[in-house]
Amino acid sequence: MKPLLRLDHVARVYRGHRFLGQAPVVRAVDDVSLSVAPGMTLGIVGESGCGKSTTGRLALGLERPDAGSVTFDGAPMPAAGTSAWRTLRIRMQLVFQDPLGALDRRLTIANQIGEPLRIHGIGADSERRDRVERLLADVGLRGDHGDRYPHELSGGQRQRAVLARALATDPVLLVCDEPVSALDVSIQAQVINMLAELQARRGIAMLFISHDLKVVRQIGHEVAVMYLGRIVEQGDPDTIFADPVHPYTQALVSAIPVPGPRGRPRIVLRGEPPNPADRPAGCPFHPRCPVATADCAQTVPDLKPLPDGRLVACLRADVDLSSARIAA
Amino acid sequence: MTEQPLLSIRGLIVAFDGLLALRGVDLDVMPNQAFGLVGESGCGKSVTLLAALGLLPASASIQGSVRLAGQELIGAPQTELDRIRGGRVAMIFQDPSSALNPVHRVGTQVMEVLCLHRGMDKTTARAEARRLFDWVGIPDAARRLDAYPHEMSGGQNQRVMIAMALAGQPDLLIADEPTTALDATIQAQILDLLRRLQQETGMAMIVISHDLGVIADICAHVAVMYAGRIVEQTEARQLFANPSHPYTRGLLAALPEMTGPRRPLVAIGGSVPEPWAMPPGCAFAPRCVSVSPACQSAVPAFRAIAASHHVACIEA
Repeated sequence: MKPLLRLDHVARVYRGHRFLGQAPVVRAVDDVSLSVAPGMTLGIVGESGCGKSTTGRLALGLERPDAGSVTFDGAPMPAAGTSAWRTLRIRMQLVFQDPLGALDRRLTIANQIGEPLRIHGIGADSERRDRVERLLADVGLRGDHGDRYPHELSGGQRQRAVLARALATDPVLLVCDEPVSALDVSIQAQVINMLAELQARRGIAMLFISHDLKVVRQIGHEVAVMYLGRIVEQGDPDTIFADPVHPYTQALVSAIPVPGPRGRPRIVLRGEPPNPADRPAGCPFHPRCPVATADCAQTVPDLKPLPDGRLVACLRADVDLSSARIAA
Repeated sequence: MTEQPLLSIRGLIVAFDGLLALRGVDLDVMPNQAFGLVGESGCGKSVTLLAALGLLPASASIQGSVRLAGQELIGAPQTELDRIRGGRVAMIFQDPSSALNPVHRVGTQVMEVLCLHRGMDKTTARAEARRLFDWVGIPDAARRLDAYPHEMSGGQNQRVMIAMALAGQPDLLIADEPTTALDATIQAQILDLLRRLQQETGMAMIVISHDLGVIADICAHVAVMYAGRIVEQTEARQLFANPSHPYTRGLLAALPEMTGPRRPLVAIGGSVPEPWAMPPGCAFAPRCVSVSPACQSAVPAFRAIAASHHVACIEA
């Protein structure tokens, strides 16, 4: 299927302020390519500072790439703030982690869900009221929830309200940045199920950003693992999480605390993700990698396809890493 | 069991402005035991231990008994509690960066505990702080003593907190969501560290977490809390192999799997009852899939269904 959203070799570079000597340069996103087709979900996982949220903002045109291009529905993404971009915003929406922060505490829920409709001049007053009612029902809220204020709802209900608002303009692209991370497990499951169901029914393309591999596997048709601004492994979630190839993905998968007996031994990585302003030469992961060679410190690995269809950026992906996996 | 529990909580009830947050908690933690307390937000897991250590605001009304090695802590004088906290009982919290004082060097903050609880002079304290930093795996310990919290990462700050907790040579370490604010690979490091330290020191450890995975990782015993009560308690292995309270089963089923076919998650319907709208009888009844009329009439007793496996459910 033709992709709805395409990122081609995009990079985003932030320049810090000069205090003494060189101003720090942070490559938050570096040479990232991805695409999402209608009705499909691409999950992006990684730890803090890996560039996953910046990638989401690039996808919506909220940030301009310093290199590469963003294409939405076959046309280049217009600059943020232009009228062309504002028109596009009807078709693409963003959902954040913290629903209380995303809602206006002084407006009722129904008012806020209807706001995008008023802003974009969609429908007459009475139509809008009907539409808000339907949206409330779609996300599993009752009509009387619409008359309440954000603080009168639970965390799960607030996230449903935020979702209803995001869906109000009938978007074709939804970027969700950690949408269930602040919710309790039992509520998280409700929201994930609802999100998957709404997405499938409306054929929305979704970029789902999360640090939680289990959640991404649950909802993603495809997954991209990011480390220090670059995609290190990408493909089918079942394949990647059952048998990760990149040493970072291996460590990430093994680090998930699972209730009950552990399948494979945990790989505990040395050290911490390096400061994005002080990126190591060569493969960004090599200082922490259990199987790195001298070459890894020199050469930046390209994202290359493996026979099973996934993409991996590792110079050692062709060697059998299973022995190293046990040694590590 | 002939061994005396290190921490023994009986009938602990806590109310804020007349609203019950804890509705009678009984808990025994043995010396050397790694004990997990799991539940969702508002279930009372943190309040239980804050109440036990006298750390709740004065507006909270507390009833019941908390004994640490036989000594009653509820109603104990502040001076006595000050000696216990940071000494015999240490705590680490979710957010290390806000638990540390931002304007003092991390080494100084650890040395303060050593001077206060172990009567060391400054030189000895500095040497001991350095040894503690090495022990908890802070690289380049001698230099890091002089760093400020903002100069260190979240994972390193949590290691400082752990060093500070160990400084008082505690019999009991309480870790409240110790890895929740950390990234996955750092979480794995800290869990490994806590497990190693608990084994090396032989201290008891209570881990409070919303994450059953974290609990499974480092705890041998688990209590599951719901709406201010413990609803199931047993050995960790037993809990995950044979969860018996419908809430525990629901929590486990609601977790997405990492292997096997993907299916819609089994969510627990509804949400936790508000403290001012507690249902009569079992607090979980309105959300329970195997509810019966009897569940709504009386609070189910916490009873043994096997050796060291207790459940508060009439259906279990």
